[in-house]
Amino acid sequence: MSGFIRDGRLAENDWLSLADEAALPAVGRVIVSLKRFRAERAALDASGLAVGVRIPNTDDITALAPELNGLPLVAVEIPKFADGRAYSQARVLRERFGFCGEIRAQGDVLHDQLFHMQRCGINAFELRADQDPQECLHAFSDYSLAYQRGADGVETVWQKRRNLAA
Amino acid sequence: MYRYDELDQRLVDERVAQFRDQTRRFLAGKLSEEEFRSLRLRNGLYIQRFAPMLRLAVPYGMLSSARLRKLAHIARAYDKGYCHVTTRQNIQFNWPKLEQVPDILAELATVQMHAIQTSGNCIRNTTTDHLAGVAADELVDPRPYCEITRQWSTFHPEFNWLPRKFKIAFSSSTLDRAAIAVHDIGVHIVRNEAGELGYSIFVGGGLGRMPMLAHKIREFLPELDLFSYLESILRVYNRLGRRDNIHRARIKVLVKSLGPAKFTELVEAEWAQLKDSYLKLQPQDLERIKSRFDQHPYDSASADDGSYEAHVAADGRFASWAKRNLRAHRQPGYAAVFVSLKAPGVAPGDITHQQLDALADLADRYSFGEVRTTHDQNLVLAEVPKKDVYAVWQRLAELGLATPNIGLLTDLICCPGLDFCSLANAGSIGVAQDIFDRFEDLDYQHDIGELKIKMSGCMNGCGHHSVGHIGILGVDKHGEEWYQVTLGGSAENDATLGDRTGPSIARAGIADAVEKLIQVYLEQRQDAEETFLATYRRVGMAPFKQRLYGGAEAEVESEVAA
Repeated sequence: MSGFIRDGRLAENDWLSLADEAALPAVGRVIVSLKRFRAERAALDASGLAVGVRIPNTDDITALAPELNGLPLVAVEIPKFADGRAYSQARVLRERFGFCGEIRAQGDVLHDQLFHMQRCGINAFELRADQDPQECLHAFSDYSLAYQRGADGVETVWQKRRNLAA
Repeated sequence: MYRYDELDQRLVDERVAQFRDQTRRFLAGKLSEEEFRSLRLRNGLYIQRFAPMLRLAVPYGMLSSARLRKLAHIARAYDKGYCHVTTRQNIQFNWPKLEQVPDILAELATVQMHAIQTSGNCIRNTTTDHLAGVAADELVDPRPYCEITRQWSTFHPEFNWLPRKFKIAFSSSTLDRAAIAVHDIGVHIVRNEAGELGYSIFVGGGLGRMPMLAHKIREFLPELDLFSYLESILRVYNRLGRRDNIHRARIKVLVKSLGPAKFTELVEAEWAQLKDSYLKLQPQDLERIKSRFDQHPYDSASADDGSYEAHVAADGRFASWAKRNLRAHRQPGYAAVFVSLKAPGVAPGDITHQQLDALADLADRYSFGEVRTTHDQNLVLAEVPKKDVYAVWQRLAELGLATPNIGLLTDLICCPGLDFCSLANAGSIGVAQDIFDRFEDLDYQHDIGELKIKMSGCMNGCGHHSVGHIGILGVDKHGEEWYQVTLGGSAENDATLGDRTGPSIARAGIADAVEKLIQVYLEQRQDAEETFLATYRRVGMAPFKQRLYGGAEAEVESEVAA
């Protein structure tokens, strides 16, 4: 059973991530691929299900954003932990488009990637099965400050210096 | 020297704690080899052919005497008594123990040093001119701009997992000493017609197996817009750079495949969204950074008492060293003293703990406590009063650090090669030694004049062979070490990639080959003022090729092999 973290705490994964060919459940919350979301939009809207969308990490987020805004959940892909494309997608979606639903990371989601992911606006994490969820929670306090503004709202070094000087 | 504030220090300390925990988890079997690899690389730790190698960041090449003494201590306590200056102004230790690396990093943090992002597919150490702040041809001191770039790039949450490594260099002078044309981003600090300070931005240069020169994608970027523009470039690269083939993953390949015009258009579109955001610097941000750089109390009136000229007149050895190893300082009465790390019998760029300690003393006494590293793998005491240059030279000579060869044939740069590096196809240090032995005669070297020989043990090009006046590249041929030779490269304002002479040459023939090339040059040059590079550019490859291969390339190659 994979661990799941939301907003810095262990949580129950209350969304079902569906493969494209899998049947829709009668009730609940589902995450579908962007392809399926587009193909079955009417059926999904009529189903009464809560629907989140999984986006390919190769897509240009600025083109997708209008479609995604208003959704309760967007899932970004981490096919390998060393693939950083989803970080840009999440950051642009939060910062530029003001997306306020859940952004969750799926795939090769590891302890040592969590700190930067959450700074980019990813707030939910489906941990890879071998990760120790309890130990992963420590990752969010790896650093107490940062030079760059992040979605965690931590005051940047630059802001702190400005405040100290004021 | 930039002095950390409490915030800079806290981040470096927290990094040490993080890496200590990562190392603990690795040793406890909780982190796989592959996952730990990417984490240790971001702390400069490679597992090499024989032992781990630890690369420390020396931001824009600045070392204090306290840093030098700490390096000496680490060399003694954790290594084999020496360290190595790299072609990107960093420092490497070749024999640390993996489990001790967190302790080494903790020691470094006490002198405001770290190994953050010195490897891995992230933004690497920012480099610049080793004569920054003292060069006469400088517009402004580039180091505060390098420092803000260091801060911006440190733990950047979005750009820690790029397609490939990413290197940024700054130049602020008429003569480019920072090789900005062969960096992922080259920043040239300029003034526009209105007299405002800003930057020309170059993207997509790089060495390695597909050497390319950078394209200028923006003529003028206003001073306070640096971060937003850098983020725009990195964001385009992070999204579109290739991840399927490590040899096609650098930004230079993206710029080439899209074309510079299309690439620029994408960057500008991104920048239109970011330029007026929180990424815009405030003038006080920069002023605060500048104010944390030590100001040096120059005293031109007493710096030169005339004794320097007297020593030059009286001591021929001193005079010839001074001619080669001194550079002008823009402050009257001062000089920049180059400390050659290219002595016979020593691997280029290596320095011992005794030499480090002694240099720290020299720096404290004569050069405001500072030493710089150069990308040619030497050191510089950049601010020595002329009246003290003779005493500095005497001490350097005792230390074996006064070889009068800066800019000459034996001031060659080379990577660690097969002796240390697990990537290398061929040795470099031994070849460097062969060349050193062949051209030991300093008068002959002086006659040959300015010549940059650059050597890499493999295509990755850490020795920058593509931009050597003579470039030497080690290749593996059926398990034997062979070398391709290129001519005419340069990393300065006239940046050019070298041309291949022809088939590769066996290890035993390299010193001979260099000698033949030198003979051709000496025969062909118009006068002693015409450098090797200028002569090559004028006469072209033909006479050099003729002498090397005698017009029968394949035959010669097989002969050399036999």
